[in-house]
Amino acid sequence: MSPDASARTTPYGMTGPALAVFLALVIIPLGMTVLLAFYDWGQYKGIVAEFTLKNFREIFSDSYFLEVFLRTLRISVLVTLFAILIGVPEAYILNRMSPAWRGLCLLAILGPLLVSVVARTLGWALLLGSNGLVNRGLMALGLIGQPLEFMFTETGVVIALVHVLIPFMILAVWASLQRLDPQIENAALSLGASRLTIWRRVILPQIVPGILSGSIITFALAASAFASPAIIGGRRLKVAATLAYDEFLNTLNWPLGAAVAVLLLAALVTLTVGTNRLVERRYSQVFE
Amino acid sequence: MSHLVLEGLGKSYGTAVAVEGLDLSVARGEFISLLGPSGCGKTTTLQMIAGFVPVDRGRILLDGGDLGSVAPNKRGLGIVFQSYALFPHMTVAQNIAFGLEMRGVEKAEREKRTLEAMALVGLKGFEDRYPRRMSGGQQQRVALARALVIRPSLLLLDEPLSNLDAKLREEMQGELRQIQRSIGTTTILVTHDQHEAMALSDRIVVMNRGRVEQIGAPDAVYGAPDTAFVANFLGKTNVLSVTGDGRGQVTIEALSVPLAGAPSGTLRIAVRPERLGFAAESAPGFAARITSRVFQGAHWLLTAESAAGPVTLIRHNDGTPVPGEGESVTLSFGPGDAALLAEGAGS
Amino acid sequence: MSRNSPFAILFHTLFVVFMLAPLVVVCLVAFTPEGYLSLPGRVWSLRWFKAILDYPEFLRAFRDSLWLAALSSTVAIGLAVPAALAIARYRFPGREAMTALFMSPLMVPHVVLGIAFLRFFTQIGLSGTFLGLVLSHIIVILPFALRLVLAASYGIDRRIEHAAISLGASPAVVFRRVTLPLILPGVVSGWLLAAINSFDEVTMTVFIASPATTTLPVRMFLYIQDNIDPLIAAVSACLIALTAILLMALDRLFGLDRLFVGTGKG
Repeated sequence: MSPDASARTTPYGMTGPALAVFLALVIIPLGMTVLLAFYDWGQYKGIVAEFTLKNFREIFSDSYFLEVFLRTLRISVLVTLFAILIGVPEAYILNRMSPAWRGLCLLAILGPLLVSVVARTLGWALLLGSNGLVNRGLMALGLIGQPLEFMFTETGVVIALVHVLIPFMILAVWASLQRLDPQIENAALSLGASRLTIWRRVILPQIVPGILSGSIITFALAASAFASPAIIGGRRLKVAATLAYDEFLNTLNWPLGAAVAVLLLAALVTLTVGTNRLVERRYSQVFE
Repeated sequence: MSHLVLEGLGKSYGTAVAVEGLDLSVARGEFISLLGPSGCGKTTTLQMIAGFVPVDRGRILLDGGDLGSVAPNKRGLGIVFQSYALFPHMTVAQNIAFGLEMRGVEKAEREKRTLEAMALVGLKGFEDRYPRRMSGGQQQRVALARALVIRPSLLLLDEPLSNLDAKLREEMQGELRQIQRSIGTTTILVTHDQHEAMALSDRIVVMNRGRVEQIGAPDAVYGAPDTAFVANFLGKTNVLSVTGDGRGQVTIEALSVPLAGAPSGTLRIAVRPERLGFAAESAPGFAARITSRVFQGAHWLLTAESAAGPVTLIRHNDGTPVPGEGESVTLSFGPGDAALLAEGAGS
Repeated sequence: MSRNSPFAILFHTLFVVFMLAPLVVVCLVAFTPEGYLSLPGRVWSLRWFKAILDYPEFLRAFRDSLWLAALSSTVAIGLAVPAALAIARYRFPGREAMTALFMSPLMVPHVVLGIAFLRFFTQIGLSGTFLGLVLSHIIVILPFALRLVLAASYGIDRRIEHAAISLGASPAVVFRRVTLPLILPGVVSGWLLAAINSFDEVTMTVFIASPATTTLPVRMFLYIQDNIDPLIAAVSACLIALTAILLMALDRLFGLDRLFVGTGKG
């Protein structure tokens, strides 16, 4: 065999096993799920393999489902917003630290990423309960007269999700900060810019791609979050992921659950691909 | 019989021709340089000899046998890469012994030959060092020892000195030449540095855009470049427009110089700056006006405008007065100082 | 020395407190001597840690989780190494699409993957089996393994391999003696990150785990759904302590920033 011919087949031999596994275990199951979303279901007849739009009609006509999706959207937007407001300055501060300090702080900030999300959310359940540390602290400070309701509220879910997802924002912004020329702030200073102007006119425009990519990750993960909303939100405060879980494992209406999942997936894929396109078009000239 | 023969060697990437019609025959023990600007095809040629790039056209013969059917790991060539390509996870001794290990050389013999190779390149005592902890020059020596220890039939050097600073490069050039002469391995060097090529080689192959411009001994190629490209690439040169009379004489203004093989009509000739001089009192020459004068220590570098084109001169700093900017001078050169350039090739 | 202003340092301190508070409070509550959720006062007790031993399902789930993480990350790295080398060094039709496919589990919500696997495994009779868990975990952790091996593969100077070939090494020897040692840091950290992600995965696993074969996070999640008590805090505290030890070991071995490069999306 000539070297040219072997060079053509070798990469397929090397990617072949992974490709086979992914075709069998990603493409087929996802395809089956999409099909399932268009199947009929009845309390007594179970899943019927007949094409129907019934599930989607039900989701779009029932105000309960609409409310759940709106809540999911609201929570995701808020979580993303707070992640930006807190994560961007924090990434900037981290980037200006001496390497030794930064290592230690990274451990504290990124370490929780490796702890099971169940354990982290349990911590927030303990903190946010009506008898929890946060309420007792606020009352001791005299800021509130009686306990605030965090458990089973959107506020509680947002707090827990910001905690879970903010490391992703910090990582994304930090990555773009590291690409910055370290002399650039001094250059702006020498030209007479104030600290605030430097931030607004020099730093921020350069890290916008990092903030955007961090926001996409944060939003996507918040919109599909399961464990934190399930634990903090309880059985009543449903989001898209916990709704699908309910339909599958409690109501047993699999086709309806699949339809919820397909809608969630479609929305997130549209958002991610759309935003990526936008970012590429807008920033490719400057940052490639 | 020649040791290494390249026959009509060619390589294309899509429609881009990297190397075309390369013919070269190398004698045993010869040191050959492939010299040219980046993209001239010299590295592709080396890669084809090494077997990392498949040959599209032509043949490579080593001792009469076609290398095309030999896998790159069976060719038995020693290669020194531009980046040295040392194994970062192995010590110096392990790096050098790797090729012997691949050949199944037994341990005692392996150690003996590794130590010999290290002594040859002056690295005694560095056995257990890792490449990362060595200077560029030392890494270079490890790469050379690793390539030589397998007693290769052919040593290929791919810009081996380009990552070293100027002083170290000069030192290594001398050492490389001395080592090559002492062990007598046929060597092909790829470089873009004409000083390096001229200092090291028995013959130089000047390449441009995938083709050979000229092959010859360094002084012959330097003194008599075939084309304007070679003349310009190998050091500074003056290309002058002259008139040929068809009987072996060329003329510029009052100056008439014999030049073998010169046809009649307008011709282009090359004259090296160090061969161009001021005409003696009342001797024939051509007029020029000095436009700049730069002092460079051992010599002066002068540029001037003449009817035959802009010229550059080098005057040794031997104490004689040197004309200043704006002064008019008469220039001349003697028989044997000029080389006739082929028309149409390069510029 | 830090170049940050006092205000920045205050902000940073509050942020670190925010990040660590839930973990610290879990660990504190785990030491309570009381039978209900409370912070230990003067008396610290190990009673809830001892109580874990009376719940063999936690221990069994822990053991299963370890096996699952070890198995699935080993298979994932086995698939990822050749794929990453091919992607890093060849330009071939379908290369971009394949890379996107291999990275897609990062984009697809885990709840969707859980549903897809539940449906698929029910159809082919793998539902509730350990094999089903391993297969599904291979998919969700492969992107992490792939990304770190890929980064390592892009970093290799091909001429180092060419040098080995010119010295007579066969393709197998080049891989074993040169390529693999060069990408080893990427392979090891890729395996670790994959194993950690498998061990922590809960959203997808909750769909396909059965009471007989389940993982520790799923067992904890289901427990919390019914009831939050000091016992679950003690289990979580053990998990946090384990992670902290692992983290310090990793920091020593690799440096954390290197490991986390693979965590976010590109």
